[in-house]
Order: sequence, then structure tokens, then C-alpha cells
Amino acid sequence: MPFGNTHNKFKMNYSAEQEYPDLSQHNNHMAKVLTLELYSKLRDKETPSGFTLDDVIQTGVDNPGHPFIMTVGCVAGDEETYDVFKDLMDPVIEDRHGGYKPSDKHKTDLNAENLQGGDDLDPNYVLSSRVRTGRSIRGFCLPPHCSRGERRAIEQLSIEALDSLEGDLKGKYYALKNMTEEEQQQLIDDHFLFDKPVSPLLLASGMARDWPDARGIWHNDNKTFLVWVNEEDHLRVISMQKGGNMREVFTRFCTGLTKIEDLFKNRGHEFMWNEHLGYVLTCPSNLGTGLRAGVHVKLPNLSKHEKFGDILKRLRLQKRGTGGVDTAAVGGVFDISNADRLGFSEVELVQMVVDGVNLLVNMEKRLEGGEDIEDMMPEQK
Amino acid sequence: MSGSFRRLISGRNTAVLLASLGAGTMATGAFLNENSSLAAETKRKLYPPSSDFPDLRKHNNCMAAALTPAVYAKLRDKLTPNNWTLDQCIQTGVDNPGHPFIKTVGCVAGDEESYEVFAELFDPVIKDRHNGYDPRTMTHPTDLDASKIKHGMFDENYVLSSRVRTGRSIRGLSLPPACSRAERREVERVVVTALAGLKGDLAGHYYSLGDMTDKEQQQLIDDHFLFDKPVSPLLTCAFMARDWPDARGIWHNNDKTFLIWINEEDHTRVISMEKGGNMKRVFERFCNGLKQVEHLIQERGWEFMWNERLGYILTCPSNLGTGLRAGVHVRLPKLSKDPRFSKILDNLRLQKRGTGGVDTAATGDTFDISNLDRLGKSEVELVQLVINGVNYLIECEKKLEKGQDITVPAPLVMFKK
Repeated sequence: MPFGNTHNKFKMNYSAEQEYPDLSQHNNHMAKVLTLELYSKLRDKETPSGFTLDDVIQTGVDNPGHPFIMTVGCVAGDEETYDVFKDLMDPVIEDRHGGYKPSDKHKTDLNAENLQGGDDLDPNYVLSSRVRTGRSIRGFCLPPHCSRGERRAIEQLSIEALDSLEGDLKGKYYALKNMTEEEQQQLIDDHFLFDKPVSPLLLASGMARDWPDARGIWHNDNKTFLVWVNEEDHLRVISMQKGGNMREVFTRFCTGLTKIEDLFKNRGHEFMWNEHLGYVLTCPSNLGTGLRAGVHVKLPNLSKHEKFGDILKRLRLQKRGTGGVDTAAVGGVFDISNADRLGFSEVELVQMVVDGVNLLVNMEKRLEGGEDIEDMMPEQK
Repeated sequence: MSGSFRRLISGRNTAVLLASLGAGTMATGAFLNENSSLAAETKRKLYPPSSDFPDLRKHNNCMAAALTPAVYAKLRDKLTPNNWTLDQCIQTGVDNPGHPFIKTVGCVAGDEESYEVFAELFDPVIKDRHNGYDPRTMTHPTDLDASKIKHGMFDENYVLSSRVRTGRSIRGLSLPPACSRAERREVERVVVTALAGLKGDLAGHYYSLGDMTDKEQQQLIDDHFLFDKPVSPLLTCAFMARDWPDARGIWHNNDKTFLIWINEEDHTRVISMEKGGNMKRVFERFCNGLKQVEHLIQERGWEFMWNERLGYILTCPSNLGTGLRAGVHVRLPKLSKDPRFSKILDNLRLQKRGTGGVDTAATGDTFDISNLDRLGKSEVELVQLVINGVNYLIECEKKLEKGQDITVPAPLVMFKK
């Protein structure tokens, strides 16, 4: 969906200086990279579906960011965005993903057998385990840009594929615009329901257009495998359960994803993927695995320790509140997950979470006992 | 969903399908490469208008009432000279279903030509919103001669302040939903340059939103002049808040009685206001100021968007014609509690708002009372209507104070057909 007359060579009647956004107050990855020269170079380009540079950066222009938090500030409207605008996207990716270079290759590994351990995170501390990722269907525009017709086609394809799942993955789809009050309340109680985005980061990119048309939630009857359709990405795939058996969560995740991919392939569709960027998603921050594996874990003592932040950094983990991104921790319970997405495989990232959380829980136990944790400090991964 | 559409999304033979939809050999060639994405043009044909038609079943706005699948199919692939599309016009109405009791407009113009290129949508919307005004057959009168105003001084025991506002668009530049940053900056440049030429009681100063100091900002807030980034989804879904606060600002004269907002919901919003009840003087300054600004931009080769069918062209169809809202803050403690209050206002073609403006509730007994209509009557006619109406309301209030009864006036006729 074009913003303003962005699909128009009419703008080329104005000079690059006249069109260049004022990024002097901005602190996001896009603003750090987009000089006037780069803007000049890229501004007359568009992807085959008509996504332009201004479309890519609008969210970053409208959201200057935060002095302490570095947001990404740009989105893709289709798979080709990462190619046509690589002069912008490559440095943003490099900056966001720990120095990942344009020539680097990304490993995909969805074989849960390769994970070591992970089935016995202490349930006295680890309250729940969850793995999520996203997938985009090749040939369709992404949420910032898709038309209603495309979004509905994506929904229809997804429903058909998901309806074919069997066994413990068998489930049901709930379209956001058709659900009954009762269904809605149940989904809220299960913590499954997603709402129209309110974050200006998302709204400014155009992904909330036409809400709630063609948006919905699918979940299996066991309520352990969940797919969001047409929220921030075409598909968000989530495996979750109470307790500390991350291994089981990850196994179901891999099995489910692989099955869904096969079902799409049988219908002549594949996921957006390439060997440099891995799985292609709307936000550059989710490239590669798009994977966030995390736990809700009780760390009341450790979280007050002065080295908590440093420990997490060394373990390549991040903390969030139990409401997810942008929330604060409640009652000493934190959401701890991998900080990386790209440049490590799925198995590697989940391994980091499993090993890291085990260490954090052991540290918590030590501190409970009044002892110190100096000898347990990890090396930087 | 149409049959050909279902075949499209489940079949492999996209080349054949494309050919059947008349997409041509170039597009067919593009499809033989499975990894390529769709070209915008072939995509239009692959997704017939029926597949893109919005779901408006829960909607209650003027756009939803007027937009049939047939009209959508006819207009979907049209472009204005600035490449603005129907989908962009209606996005705000799709995203905001409206309220069962309040009928919003649900579409905006991206440029002057939107009203022509998409006339099959805008004409019925305009009729619906503006009491049956038909742009195909009727003409709109423009009259900024303030000397015609009679009885324009209100009883200041009741009227606390008087205000007239309108908007103006600069011809040749896209409107706020559509404009690029360069165009928006050009609007700012054209208007600020012109305003610098105002003299005497109209001489003033421009405060750019992005550059103002904390002190200036606080002063503007205290004066009730400052406008903020829109939060209403009606506006944000229409793309008008992009690039905020770039090229947005507030100009006002030193006397603080004449104020211009630049690049908020329209290119310019022009406001004349004073404490007290001298509506005639407020309107005189309004007309005088507008004429001077128009003259100043014409000297540099620019003009306002205007035509005799639609009057002054603004972003929202609700503001076409005069774009004028003339109003007062007036105390009506007894009348506002009378059950006939709403009917009296309706018949006088007035509306009430809270003293915070649109979407606010009244505090205490003080109301914002202004004209309902914008198109089909001239500026002078509408201001006179407000003056006569508010005077009538004050008469009613005085009668009720004395324990006398009031009468509901006969309804005013809108157009002489």
C-alpha cells in the first residue's frame, strides 16, 4: 500500500534534499544508515510490486525512537525489498544482528533431535516455555503493503493448510471478524488473542490497515500450538506449554512447522527463504530464524544482583516483562529469551536458552542459600 | 469469493490463468519464474476488484453507504494525476467503521483531482453529508463581504468568546493524506512567506512545531493555540500524520486574534477569535485576513483550490464549500436543561459541542455552539445564521430566567431548490 504519492515519479520533480527526511532527532537503525547520499541513490527505485524507499522508512521517520532503545526503523513490503534496497538493508542488518555481513550465510536447523537436554528445566522456577517464529508465503506482499485481496488469499491458503493438520496438531481457526463473544473470551483467557496493534511502530508502517479483515488465530485442540494469521507477519507460529520441558515445546515446534511447510508446498507455495537471510519476515529484526525461545522464570534474587544485566549479555539472552515486549517484570518473574535471530540456527538458539536458563536457575538457588555466584560467571558466548 | 480467484490461489497453472485474465505475454513470462514476485500491474488483474472490495457490513459512514461493488470495480484502478488511488481515499473509512449514532465521512481527498476522478464515490458522499447538495447540478456561493453582517454583537453576560475558522488549500500541491515531504515543506514555505507580508494588526510570527523552544510551546498551550500530532484514528488512518512534525507549525498575529495552522489536517486552517461577543469584528478580521493572504500568495503565482461546484477544496468532504465553522462559547444553564434544547438547535441548523471542541463534552453550562452546514450557503449566510441563532438561544435563556415559556422556531430551509 503506497503512502501518499510515493509510487510516483512526480516526486522526482523535487530534489533529494527537498524530500530527504529530517532525522536529526532520531535514534533507530535506519536513521543511522540513511544519509542524504543514500536517499538520493535509492529514492527512484521500487520493487516489482511497487514498494518504494519512502514506504520502507516511513515507520522510522514517524518514530524517532528512544535514547536507550534502538528500534529498527524500516520494514519490508515484499521479499524483493531486501534486494532492491540492499544498500539500506544490509548495513541495518549488520548493525542489528551483531556484525552479520552481506556475504554471510545463515544456517537453518529445525531438527529437534540435535538439541541436547532441555527437558528438565526446574519447574519450581520455570513456569512456562515457549518458542515462536514467523513465516512469509513467497509471491505475496508483506503486511505493510498487501492489498485486501492478497491478505485474504494468504488467510485462505493458511486455513486450508492448517485444517489438514492431524493428531495432536489438529485444531481450529478463529477469524477475528467472525468470532463469537464466547470464543473471544476463551482466547483472551488462554492468552492467545492478539489485538489490533496499538504500537505506533507498527501502525506507521501500514500493517493495521483494514483490521480485522483476514486476520485470525488458529490453535490445536490441546492449546499447545498456535498460529497467528496476518498480524505483523503472514504467519506467526507459536509452541508453548506450562512448565520447563523446552525440549518438548521445541520438538512440537519443529514438527508443526515442517508439516505446515509441506502442506503449503503441496499447494504450490513455499516460504520466503534464502541462504543469506534465512526466513524473510517483515521486520529486519526477525530475519534468519525469526525465532524467540523463552521461558517465564522466577529470579527474584538474581534479578536484583548487580551483574544480572551483564550475565544475560554474556549468555546472549534478553529479559522482558511477562506481558512480552515493552512490559515490565512482575513479582520477580521474567521472560528470558534469546537475543539473536540471524547467524545462528534454530537449534543453536534454543540450546543457548536451555543452557542459559539452567545456569540462571542454579545462580538463583545459590543466592537463595545466601552464597555468592562469582565462580559461576559465564564466558561471553 | 469469485471462481477464478479460488483457482488462482490453489492452482499451479498461473500462466494459463494470467492469460485468461488478459494479462498478456510479458506478465506470463514473469510468472514462469516461480521465484519472482508479482508486478504491480499484473497483480491488479490477478486480484479482481471483487477480491479487494472491503467488508463494510459493520460500517456506518458516508463512504460505506455509497461504495457499492460496482462503483469500486469501476474506480479501483483509476489514478489521479498525482497517482492517488481509490483505496487510499477510503482507507480511513475502512479502518474506522464508525459509531451507530455518529455518521463519519469515511473518505478523504489526496488532491484536488480526487473529487473529479472519484466523483462516483464523492458525489453521493457529498449529497449525504451536505443535505442533498448535488455537485453535478448546483453551484456554491462564496461571499466574504463582512459588511453585510447585522446584529453581530452578542450579550456578553452569556457569550464568553467568538470564533470563526476555515481551511484553505494551495492549488497544485497534494493534500495532507498524499503529500510527499517536499510538497508539505513547499506548502509551509508558500504560506509562511505570504504571512510574513501581513501588517498592522495582522502582523505576526511563525512557530515551527519542530523548532519551537519549551517556553514558546508552553505559551502556545496557555493561549490554546497549540495543535498536537493527531491521535484520532480517523486522521491517522488517512495518512495525515506522516513525518510529524516536519513542516508543521502555527502562525499568529501579535494581538493573538488571528491564527493559522499549517499542515495539520489541511494545508492551512485559518482562525479568527476573541474573547467576548463581537462576532462581527471577528468575521471582519477573518475576511480581511483571508483576502490579504490570498493576495500575497497570488503575487507569487499561487492560488487557493476553489471551484464553483464545490467552493473551497479541503481534505475532508465535510469541509467543502465554505469550510467554515463560526461559533461561540455561550452559557445556557437553563436552556441546556430544557428538553427542547436539541430540537431548537436542529431547527436553527446549529450544533453543540463541549468547550474542548469536537469529540468533547460540555463542562458546566457552557457550550460551543456553531453552524452545522458548510456547503451550499455562503460564508456571510452561515455567520448570519449563527448570529441569529445564538441571539435566539440567548432570548430563550432570558425568558426561562424570568419563568416565561419559550417556543421552538420553525426549521430553517437549507437550499432554495
